[in-house]
Amino acid sequence: MTTRVIKVDALARVEGEGSLLVRIKDGVIKDLEFGIFEPPRFFEAFLVGRDYSEVPDITARICGICPIAYEMGSIQAMEDIFGITVPKPIRDLRRLIYCGEWIESHGLHVYLLHAPDFLGLPDALELAKSDKALVEKALRLKKIGNDILEVVGGRAVHPINLKVGGFFSTPRKAKIKALAEDLKWAVETSLATVKLVGGFDFPVLEQDYHFVALRHPDEYAIHEGRVVSNRGLDIPVSQFLDHFDEEHVRHSNALHGIIKDGSGPYKVGPLARYALNYDKLSPLAKQAAKEAGLGPVVRNPFQSIVVRAIELVQACEDALRIVESYEEPDAASVPFEVKAGRDRGSARALLPYL
Amino acid sequence: MAGVKKPKLAVWKFSSCDGCQLSLLDCELELLAVSEAVEIAYFLEASRKVVKGPYDISLVEGSITTPHDVKAIRDIRKMSKTLVTIGACATSGGIQALRNFTDVKGFIDRVYAHPEYIETLNTSVGIADHVPVDFELRGCPINKQQLLEVLNAFLNGRKPNVPKHSECIECKIRGTSCVSVAKGEACLGPVVQAGCGGLCPAHQRGCFGCFGPMESPNTESMAALLAKQGLDQRDIRRSFRSYNANAPAFRKESEAHDDESH
Repeated sequence: MTTRVIKVDALARVEGEGSLLVRIKDGVIKDLEFGIFEPPRFFEAFLVGRDYSEVPDITARICGICPIAYEMGSIQAMEDIFGITVPKPIRDLRRLIYCGEWIESHGLHVYLLHAPDFLGLPDALELAKSDKALVEKALRLKKIGNDILEVVGGRAVHPINLKVGGFFSTPRKAKIKALAEDLKWAVETSLATVKLVGGFDFPVLEQDYHFVALRHPDEYAIHEGRVVSNRGLDIPVSQFLDHFDEEHVRHSNALHGIIKDGSGPYKVGPLARYALNYDKLSPLAKQAAKEAGLGPVVRNPFQSIVVRAIELVQACEDALRIVESYEEPDAASVPFEVKAGRDRGSARALLPYL
Repeated sequence: MAGVKKPKLAVWKFSSCDGCQLSLLDCELELLAVSEAVEIAYFLEASRKVVKGPYDISLVEGSITTPHDVKAIRDIRKMSKTLVTIGACATSGGIQALRNFTDVKGFIDRVYAHPEYIETLNTSVGIADHVPVDFELRGCPINKQQLLEVLNAFLNGRKPNVPKHSECIECKIRGTSCVSVAKGEACLGPVVQAGCGGLCPAHQRGCFGCFGPMESPNTESMAALLAKQGLDQRDIRRSFRSYNANAPAFRKESEAHDDESH
């Protein structure tokens, strides 16, 4: 009998702080603990008593890498309560800034956080020693995402231009149009990214995941849609809490998400979004997936880097389309009346992960 | 230069959102130049390479909120020749310092099903409350150009050129008409340190204080103006109680507007 223990006190190249403990006995995993020791910050508690208008800027501070997801989550929850529907030009700008966040965050994730694992390197800066041009390309791609965040949101980390009802000020047409040339380059570079990471060596591992993601009838869902799963779940966001729960375990400050029907944990993120929205990918993104050897469902977690790169193609293309058709809206935001209410979809805070 | 030992840079994280250390990676055009000028010896978000201390410069993100943090920051101080805090959390306790105005137990109970699993301190405070700090870089998030300036300054043995004047100066430089004077918008600009480039007023909204109090702010006069603009005591208290709530000048002003019963 042999027992092997893998203990990593602080995982590197991840967003946030985590540890890993694995106990293996005779080749079988006996214990596996993924601990998030990120200290509690109590957002849910200190939001109580704040003005509705302060909430989006506060929730942004949950994460500096994906602030838009949390700003938009709280904005949409309050818009549901106030009965606000934003007109198409504002919706487009929101999609654009979200695409910017995906380009920045996916670019960071693929090249700076994930790729070094496949290349046997400690980090992307080490990669720059052997292939400086590639790392410069990666950083330029990431920067184009940040440029979108700055033009639409004011700054890359914790953008200040978003609010309930729309935006504080309208991005000028010339500034938006100026993003187009870079985005054309970004589409090409994202395709090259799929090709590059598609060529990595992947251990063979197929997992029988319960995938959960948002799904929208007209687009590759990012911020709007119904909550669906590959096992038949199909509910509006407002029923999220009827079907999902969170458990608090001793070894982790991050709550564990489970489905209430007894089926247990579920998988979110790129693999889930891709599997549940493959038909909504653009022809170019689908083609890239096909050339990378991916089918419409990917169950190998190691290949999430390829799927993330395909989402990068989608985000770059979507951003370019919005930029090219952009006209300044008549008003930066819509008027509304503040109402008291309870948004059961306040679980929207979770949706960034779907 | 071959043969010359590069200064060792370490980046540490405490309670925070990752946004300030991300700002280093967001120096897309300058990142490779930075990595050529220094040895990145410890930066968990970017690398699994860990080079032992001592370190020439430590950048510290996040506030101190757990007993573990208290010990860790002392160890980091011992290993670091120069220690620079980056951002509002490391400098004043950040948004999570809102716990400092109440009983943290109530917060734990509200958020966690098993409060007994949670180990946390009653307060969230900046690094300087625990160890000496060589320079505090403000901002929620920091300004990456200021970060490059601070690195450049310490690498070259000079004082960082980071202005401590108010946000108003930045609006004047940018040519933004004053949202407070022209539109009556509540704007904390007159008491907030510059650093963001006058972002919010340029986007038609008042400053809400990401960079914390300027040097010698007249918060009392600021509060009087906010009251004149229609903010009640509760609004004024909240205005000073956000991303830099525990910075002494803002804490004092917000407490001056506490309910009498409180």
